[in-house]
Amino acid sequence: MSEITNEYIINAVKAHFGSQILSTDEPYGLVTFTVNPASLKDIIQWLKNHPEIKVNFLTDICGAHFPDLKNQELNVIYHVQSMVNNIRIRLKCFLPIENPTIASVTDLFAGANWMERETFDFYGIQFTGHPNLKRILNVDEMDYFPLRKEYPLEDGTRTDKEDQYFGR
Amino acid sequence: MQESVVNRKIEEKEYTTLNLGPTHPATHGIFQNVLKMDGEIIMEAEQTIGYIHRAFEKIAERRPYNQITPLTDRLNYCSSPINNMGWHMTVEKLLGVEIPKRAEYMRVIIMELARISDHLVCNAVVGVDTGALTGFTYMFQWREKIYDIYEHICGARLTTNIGRIGGMERDFNDEVYKKIRQFLKEFPKAFSEFCSLLERNRIFVDRTVDAGAISAEKALSYGFTGPNLRATGVDYDVRVQNPYSSYQDFDFIIPVGTKGDTYDRFMVRQGEIWESLKIIQQAMENMPQGKYFADVPEFFMPPKEDVYNNMEALIWHFKIVMGETDVPKGEVYHAVEGGNGELGFYLLSDGGRSPYKLHFRRPSFIYYQAYPEMIKGRMLADAILTMSSMNVIAGELDA
Repeated sequence: MSEITNEYIINAVKAHFGSQILSTDEPYGLVTFTVNPASLKDIIQWLKNHPEIKVNFLTDICGAHFPDLKNQELNVIYHVQSMVNNIRIRLKCFLPIENPTIASVTDLFAGANWMERETFDFYGIQFTGHPNLKRILNVDEMDYFPLRKEYPLEDGTRTDKEDQYFGR
Repeated sequence: MQESVVNRKIEEKEYTTLNLGPTHPATHGIFQNVLKMDGEIIMEAEQTIGYIHRAFEKIAERRPYNQITPLTDRLNYCSSPINNMGWHMTVEKLLGVEIPKRAEYMRVIIMELARISDHLVCNAVVGVDTGALTGFTYMFQWREKIYDIYEHICGARLTTNIGRIGGMERDFNDEVYKKIRQFLKEFPKAFSEFCSLLERNRIFVDRTVDAGAISAEKALSYGFTGPNLRATGVDYDVRVQNPYSSYQDFDFIIPVGTKGDTYDRFMVRQGEIWESLKIIQQAMENMPQGKYFADVPEFFMPPKEDVYNNMEALIWHFKIVMGETDVPKGEVYHAVEGGNGELGFYLLSDGGRSPYKLHFRRPSFIYYQAYPEMIKGRMLADAILTMSSMNVIAGELDA
């Protein structure tokens, strides 16, 4: 079997999804697509059913928060891989913080269940179609999303740890 | 009249709700499972997790890179050196540092010792949960000897903080070599004894075969990795698939099971212990000469002597201790084969002194969600056994 290269994946995905792919990159050799959130699930499904690429494993889902990016503050990062071809692919979606909604991939990979719950728990990203979207590591009563950048790690009113010389 | 009462009883069958945990001696950690029981058969289960959630991902956003290593210790605390090395390698990948062969071999030895101790604990505990305490007491002695080796390498035993970004903090001393050689010589004999206690023990086999089985398709869908996935017959091992730290230099096989039940998980771990011994043996024989750290003064502490006598070394020392070094911008995913499976680090750096975002892909967290499905329709005693054979570690589960 011929080796599947990063170029092959990028060209195949771009040819099929066209404008849904907002940008591509290869940081440290890992194919990364920034995609339109509306078509993320279709892309993962297509990668899963693709006869050559054969993505069979959802490695990880996590979120990130970029307060400075207007209307795309929240970021969901998917890592998928094909064990057959030994390739990993990263998919990223940017969502507005007012309405961070994206389709759940739980019906494609059962393991997405808790990964999406964790992402919801920490960043408040709503996964539509998730069977049981509630907090997982934090207490149910919590009314904020703690990994967002507006919550500093330490009490913002403390002055004893302020140290302008070391940029802390 | 009598008949209708009987009928009603069958229709409105009552189930018992049983709280297993959060603190229960048989679960070996803080896990709560709310079980719906029909007699002794489990009908449904729901897990509650997060009891020891310590917000490592948030803490990491405020810590310099070398101070994140102690956080990784506390993920899977049965094999913390693997977590440490995984983290160092992630940062090294971000920095683009090439590590000398000697340091990589030293890391391999430490990681394989950690794998042995992790699997030993897991398998010994599987034995305990089937009622065989003997193997446990014998094997813990050997785990202790592995901890002695760690102690001679880095000074710590459980949460090791072993190695540094850029290599190892110091070279192995003679005592370490002596202890590893002694371990390689004596452990196989003791371990064979442990194998003979359980592997073909009729009681043990009857208890574990078919308990908590899962098919390969389901396991892949649920994101299983490590020994639990290999027990279902999928030969996925990060050490072979994406070799890191010179694993391509070593000759070893990946043990696999067939049915994905408790016995297969047990046997896969047993097999891996033998393979790890082989790897350590090879690494000891072919240990390359040379430096044990790479040339990264921004991250690797200079020798204490230089700090006192050399201006530049003093500056680097100061900068490292104060956590003042900036790293390049970048986005890295690095995975290592942890004790439980693929331990991944997703690191997003915006160029500052600490990560912009760090996410740990914790294997326990991902495969533990399949637990209700694996124990459904089985006895309560099997549920305990299934949990211990999956090796769910609370620290890794909750991060």
